[in-house]
Amino acid sequence: MTLGSANPPAELSKSNQGSGSGSGPREKESKPIRSYRRLDPNTQPPLLYPPYRSTVLRAPRKPLVLLPHTLSEVTGPVFGQDEIAENDNDLTRHHLGEPIGERISVSGKILDENGRPVPNALIEIWQTNACGRYFHRVDQHPAPLDPNFTGCGRTLTDASGNYRFVTIKPGAYPWRNHPNAWRPAHIHFSLFGTAFTQRLVTQMYFPDDPLFPFDPIYNSIPDEKARKRLVCDFKLELTEPEWSLGFQWDIVLRGQEGTPFEE
Amino acid sequence: MKNDAELIPYGSQTVGPFFHLGLTDPYSIRTIAGPLVKGERVRLVCTIYDGEGTVLPDAMVEIWQANAEGKYNHPEDTQEKPLEPEFRGFGRLASDAMGVCIFETIKPGRVPSWTNISQAPHFVISVFARGVLKRLATRAYFAGETANAEDPVLALVPQERRETLMAQPDASHPGTWRFNIRLSGEKETVFFDI
Repeated sequence: MTLGSANPPAELSKSNQGSGSGSGPREKESKPIRSYRRLDPNTQPPLLYPPYRSTVLRAPRKPLVLLPHTLSEVTGPVFGQDEIAENDNDLTRHHLGEPIGERISVSGKILDENGRPVPNALIEIWQTNACGRYFHRVDQHPAPLDPNFTGCGRTLTDASGNYRFVTIKPGAYPWRNHPNAWRPAHIHFSLFGTAFTQRLVTQMYFPDDPLFPFDPIYNSIPDEKARKRLVCDFKLELTEPEWSLGFQWDIVLRGQEGTPFEE
Repeated sequence: MKNDAELIPYGSQTVGPFFHLGLTDPYSIRTIAGPLVKGERVRLVCTIYDGEGTVLPDAMVEIWQANAEGKYNHPEDTQEKPLEPEFRGFGRLASDAMGVCIFETIKPGRVPSWTNISQAPHFVISVFARGVLKRLATRAYFAGETANAEDPVLALVPQERRETLMAQPDASHPGTWRFNIRLSGEKETVFFDI
């Protein structure tokens, strides 16, 4: 229906009369809400995690209020292919020259926990350059900036939930959380599934990083298997001969209850 | 999938201090509803504070909302209500040096709940920041709205904490609503386990 439609359906006018009054409007028949499964707390970081110092003043202390899912939670912003430019998923093509560093691809599939691919999901990434420096005013790490690398990209998953980025391998960098603190190399991932409940911001790490045991952000996830899911896999079959190393990282988002694998 | 993979949702990690690079520098959305979208105009001013009352100059706020009819622009919303193609209902901003994000939008309508009483008008809000390991989910309602008294979500919140979910009208700027998000401390905002 267009913006200008002057005559809303009769039942709509009626249902709006209750708005703001003491007796709420009765719902018109619509599809029942299918709630999302609750997260296992062992697979998620706590809000307060003192080894990561910044959580201390920024973590709520009162218990979260358990919210049954409504339309507000099972919906979320929808993004379109027209919002993605051609080279948005190739971070090595954002400047005239080639960035310094190991050229890599990171690809995978987004699934929900029922095993269903999540199509048209917006994925946004950001990362340091090969030297461990962000193209960001706050980053004062004395490592060189690369004039040919900004370090941000975005893409939408295809109909089968697949995505692919081309970039360069990010570097480790120091931070001030504790003496001699270094972050393992990582790529930040921001994902919109299809619902507010599925929103996820996380970080992808690289295999066998010697900094893992010392990083409080990585170790904030209690369950070891859940932590390791944030580490991508090197895949020779995704490696392009004489061009780029291939890494695979599939991502699982929350899924709806009562949803069988096959409908 | 990985060999040991079970289909378990992946863990969250902090957005960190450099998210502007990938998220809000290239893709801020301040105007959730432009002038053509119908509804009561609202300027929503969010200010984010830490447990000592210091503003966060490095937070990101995302807003999700229904249109003035109470319909979400999303296929799961099957209500027979009109949609406006130019209204997605989504906004996101980084906080400025004063800890503030200002969104231009319209007042959302009432949307269904799990009871037969519709929810009071509200914005659904995600807060991300350095030091926040997983997304914080809250809501902003309109202080003084009669429907708040029967809102089934507010009814789940202890009476003495409901005030933290109320955007307050700015008496000197009609249409401006101020919403304080206190991550911790005495007047800590209610956050939801969704």
